Amino acid sequence: MTDTAPPPTTAVSNPPVEPLSPNLGDGDVVLASATPNLPPPTRQLDPVAKLIDISKCIGCKACQSACIEWNDTHPEIGVNFGSYENPHDLTSEMYTLMRFNEYEDPDTGNLDWLIRKDGCMHCEDPGCLKACPSPGAIVKYSNGIVDFIHDKCIGCGYCISGCPFDIPRMSPTRHVVSKCTLCSDRVSVGQGPACAKACPTQAIVFGTKTDMIAHAEERIVDLNARGYEHAALYDPEGVGGTHVMYVLPIGDKPEEYSGLPADPKISAVVEGWKGPAKTVGLAAIGLAAVGAALHSIFAKPNEVSEHDRVEAGRMVDDILGPEETAELAVSNPDETGQG
Amino acid sequence: MAEREFSESTDRIVATEPVEVRRYATHTRINHWFTAALIILLILSGFALFWPRLFFLTALFGGGQNARYIHPILGVAACLSFLLLFLQLWRLNLMRREDVVWASKITDLLAGHEERLPELGKYNLGQKFVFWGMFWLLLTMVVSGIMIWQQFFPDLVSIPVRRWAVLVHAISAVLSVLVLIVHVYAAIWTRGTLSAMTSGKVTGGWAWKHHRKWLREVARRQDKPPAE
Ligand code: HEM
Ligand code: SF4
Ligand code: SF4
Ligand code: SF4
Repeated sequence: MTDTAPPPTTAVSNPPVEPLSPNLGDGDVVLASATPNLPPPTRQLDPVAKLIDISKCIGCKACQSACIEWNDTHPEIGVNFGSYENPHDLTSEMYTLMRFNEYEDPDTGNLDWLIRKDGCMHCEDPGCLKACPSPGAIVKYSNGIVDFIHDKCIGCGYCISGCPFDIPRMSPTRHVVSKCTLCSDRVSVGQGPACAKACPTQAIVFGTKTDMIAHAEERIVDLNARGYEHAALYDPEGVGGTHVMYVLPIGDKPEEYSGLPADPKISAVVEGWKGPAKTVGLAAIGLAAVGAALHSIFAKPNEVSEHDRVEAGRMVDDILGPEETAELAVSNPDETGQG
Repeated sequence: MAEREFSESTDRIVATEPVEVRRYATHTRINHWFTAALIILLILSGFALFWPRLFFLTALFGGGQNARYIHPILGVAACLSFLLLFLQLWRLNLMRREDVVWASKITDLLAGHEERLPELGKYNLGQKFVFWGMFWLLLTMVVSGIMIWQQFFPDLVSIPVRRWAVLVHAISAVLSVLVLIVHVYAAIWTRGTLSAMTSGKVTGGWAWKHHRKWLREVARRQDKPPAE
């Protein structure tokens, strides 16, 4: 019987040497896609968070390399298109991407080179999970990690529409989506994420969400003192907060960081699609089906009467005349069905 | 041979005692049931994704991945099949003046006083509504369906457009099921209708009661000029 790994509170510690069993199990799932009657979790883990301090990032991409290595992904060899960004976008083999943007401060005329580590934000209210039609293909643990369960993914791509951050990517060969897992497999054995572990400047730190917010506040005070008066923590409320947060030196203009949304939330179209469209739609279908069934049991059917039959015969006789009528009656005996 | 205004060239009186009229040729009936089968499969595979409690329906197709794969392919096939049906039926489904009068007296129909309604050609407004409803809904579904077809058209439209497309697709799917309920229900409530699509024939009484102009024209077209 091995001990269960303790939840990690930092990414810098070295791994324990004794074998430990994982600490994230079915009892830790608080939300699962397309699972309305999910059993309640058996315990509440401390929420975790990864904090990315953009002011400390030097754009070395050690985190990208560590991510590729830990997750054993195989991004294609790319080409240079005039930017340090490589590959050109997140892919199903590249869960995190350093995005580079040159920003000229309108007041000072200073040029800032803004570098943001893009990847899944691990939303408290995840749009990907809301959109997913496959039971259990996306889960959220009580520590805040949102994970894709590849075995249950059907490859529909709904999560791509659901995500306010444009994160999930479909594998064109395996037909399942991938994204940053917040290294759930490392976290479950007491280790911080690979990217945080690899970061040479400690721009990426990991721990409980409370600790990370406290750390961010210190960083913001420091940045304020150095002239970044709008420095701010990015933990957007529109998605209930996130478990990947940024310290943004230019905190009043998140969009400058390669399109980081200022006020992300699950699109109203997605809410409408996954909400009223489904409930009202099914109710309408149910009512129509029941109404039709009841009407056919209780209401009088629209039947053809003897009178109609006689009138039909008379009309046809009148037009065709007795001779043709008689001819038709005998000439097509085998065409006569039971109608 | 009289002009054709209310009937198809294949419609004819096949018996007179009692009167029987051929309403649909064999190829039209095959076309109809093939389309219907595809649409049933589309409803099963589509609604499996629509509502979590219906997800088990994906098992009919060999699991979620297969259902997801096959659904849009069946969708394109169903649209092509419907297109063939459309080309055969659209002309007599065009709206006419008497349809408006017919609609204004719909309560008489439900109360069993069909004799108070105007005489009709091959289709009444209800049938035309089903025909054009399915036409527009299938068109909407094939267009929105291609926009959300991840496997073959992953980058066709932007994510915001795709969100609208999936919403429109889901709403059209619901509406098309409602139209189909009306369609099936009307075919059963109006006794004598189903045989039109099974054997291809209807009774004279049925034709006289519901589609009198059609019956009259079919008979006139068969009236040979007097011999010498
Ligand atoms: C009578 C016809 C159709 C019905 C009843 C139908 C129904 C549905 C439904 C209910 C959904 C799930 C939407 C949701 O979860 O909210 C869906 C998804 C989808 N439909 Fe259709 N649909 C039809 C025709 C088509 C056509 C013609 C296409 C053309 C390409 C298509 C392509 C798709 C695609 C790509 C999806 C996304 C999920 C998947 O890949 O299976 N559908 N459909
Ligand atoms: S692609 Fe997979 S994870 Fe995304 S919504 Fe579809 S089933 Fe869910
Ligand atoms: S960022 Fe997107 S993919 Fe990540 S949890 Fe939020 S909605 Fe899901
Ligand atoms: S947390 Fe893990 S999976 Fe996510 S970006 Fe960092 S290394 Fe990659």
